[in-house]
Amino acid sequence: MVDNLHVSSQSSQEAGLRTGGRMGDRIFGSAALAAGGTIIAAIALMALFLIVRAVPSLQADKANFLTSSEFSTADESNLRFGVAELFQVTVLSSVFALLIAVPIAIGIATFLTNYAPRRAAKPFAVLVDLLAAVPSIVFGLWGIFVLAPRLEPVARFLNDHLGWFFLFADGNVSLAGGGTIFTAGVVLAVMILPIITSVTREVFSLTPRGHVEAAQALGATKWEVVRMTVFPYGRSGMIAGSMLGLGRALGETVAVLIILRAAAQAGHWSLFDGGYTFASKIASAAAEFSSKLPTGAYIAAGFVLFILTFIVNALARAAAGGRVSGG
Amino acid sequence: MTTDPLQLPVKGPTFHPTSARRRAKDRIATILFATSFVIAMVPLVWVLYTVIEQGLAAVLSASWWNRSLAGVLPDQMAGGVYHAIYGTIVQAAIAAVISVPLGVMAAIYLVEFGTGRFARVTTFMVDILAGVPSIVAALFIFALWIATLGFPQSAFAVALALVLLMLPVVVRNTEEMLKLVPDELREASYALGVPKWKTIVRIVVPTALPGMISGVLLALARVMGETAPVLVLVGYARSINYDPFNGNMASLPLLIYTELTNPEAAGRLRVWGAALTLILLVAALYIAAAFVNKYLTRNRA
Repeated sequence: MVDNLHVSSQSSQEAGLRTGGRMGDRIFGSAALAAGGTIIAAIALMALFLIVRAVPSLQADKANFLTSSEFSTADESNLRFGVAELFQVTVLSSVFALLIAVPIAIGIATFLTNYAPRRAAKPFAVLVDLLAAVPSIVFGLWGIFVLAPRLEPVARFLNDHLGWFFLFADGNVSLAGGGTIFTAGVVLAVMILPIITSVTREVFSLTPRGHVEAAQALGATKWEVVRMTVFPYGRSGMIAGSMLGLGRALGETVAVLIILRAAAQAGHWSLFDGGYTFASKIASAAAEFSSKLPTGAYIAAGFVLFILTFIVNALARAAAGGRVSGG
Repeated sequence: MTTDPLQLPVKGPTFHPTSARRRAKDRIATILFATSFVIAMVPLVWVLYTVIEQGLAAVLSASWWNRSLAGVLPDQMAGGVYHAIYGTIVQAAIAAVISVPLGVMAAIYLVEFGTGRFARVTTFMVDILAGVPSIVAALFIFALWIATLGFPQSAFAVALALVLLMLPVVVRNTEEMLKLVPDELREASYALGVPKWKTIVRIVVPTALPGMISGVLLALARVMGETAPVLVLVGYARSINYDPFNGNMASLPLLIYTELTNPEAAGRLRVWGAALTLILLVAALYIAAAFVNKYLTRNRA
């Protein structure tokens, strides 16, 4: 009798504990799930609301949205806007920045993983990451007030001697001001350096020890070891890092807004052009976001930028064969 | 005694020394790799030096930290930026209050619960959100909060945009930290009959806490300097506004951007002073993060 009672009380206690635990688990699990769902919802809403706000303006657009270089939204009954010019300036400045930053970033990543003394590697890496901590508006100030005057002789030299090449041809803004895609690209390169470096470094540091030692056993010099083991192994990381860097450069707003000068005429793919990128165009007009249709024009431009960065980031992910961290 | 060739000392095979050409290549490669690191340090040092040199005078004046620019003329060397410091901190704080619980729970979902398709989609979306440019996040909040729901421009709208920028950073960092918690701790807890949620709340999260906190501080440092959201979502005010839901509010990036149009020497001084103040705030958060990481982790060990 006593025995029986004891057993039953124990089992009921156990059952109670289990259902209590399960109940808690279920509530907690759903809360966690909901938080994950919020992130998915945020992206979906972002696409949805940008489209919803952009469509009326796109319908009222009297110019071709994809091929026109005009962007006049002052007269609401005669909206004429297109993203061709924005696309040109955005891509030119970002790709130029990428061309400068990628070789340097790969050099730094190799230096940190294979050359720097083991004790110094970590603090050195932190120093490079500190570049990412500087707010972009500070880079913009430095770019236009400090760097641009120093770059002017370089720009002038390239323009004088290589002016026959379209990238260095005369641009549509004055070289003296320094408000060119050239200056903006150099500043963007500095800004995307840390992310490319950190992704590349991460992959380089995963190079299998065996590969390295095998190369060393064959008598390879350090450079040969790097070229034969680290680079082939880390190729996906270099590509993923570059894509992430490109994504950052495409969307960078205020540094570009401060540096680039507005241009009267359309550019011709010269580095010495001025103009607006998607991001800087939107930010420059933000103060006039009051009436619906003109605002929608900028939101449409923003949606194109959203799609561009989406594609570039998805490519980065695909290249890395999984998720890309890189802070 | 005849000498057996086998008894003779073995002659080493002849190794060719590394050719001069290969050695030269190796030397050049080493120099190039080291140089690229030095190249990266140039802008870092140059930017910091410029900001300190140009902004120090402004920051050292007593009124800088406890006055606003209310009633100060453009060319007057007076006033301060405490209204902008307040705005920067409040906007970042509201963003943190919303994004930290959300981000931590999402990370817990991904590490402790998530398997299968939904978790993969969530991870993908976190990556995509991390790549969304700040101006697009700002436009989205404008389209949703201001244009569609009809709320006025406010510091709170800025904070909402900052949430979107902070969220992926918090999720990823928390994920990393949770993954570092050894499975033995979880298993020991389960073996004692502790339910899963309690294991997470009482065992896993406290173990990962120092890393999580320092990650949040770094995320805060990152969003404090964001300029695009403040350009789109709030107006500039020259005086202090304590209410994040109504009216214009200054922040350091917005103050810098506004004072750029001021051609007077005082305007230039304010620009660099505010830039230095912003960097000091970011540096304080970085130091706090390092401190939390080191001090709390050591206490635990």
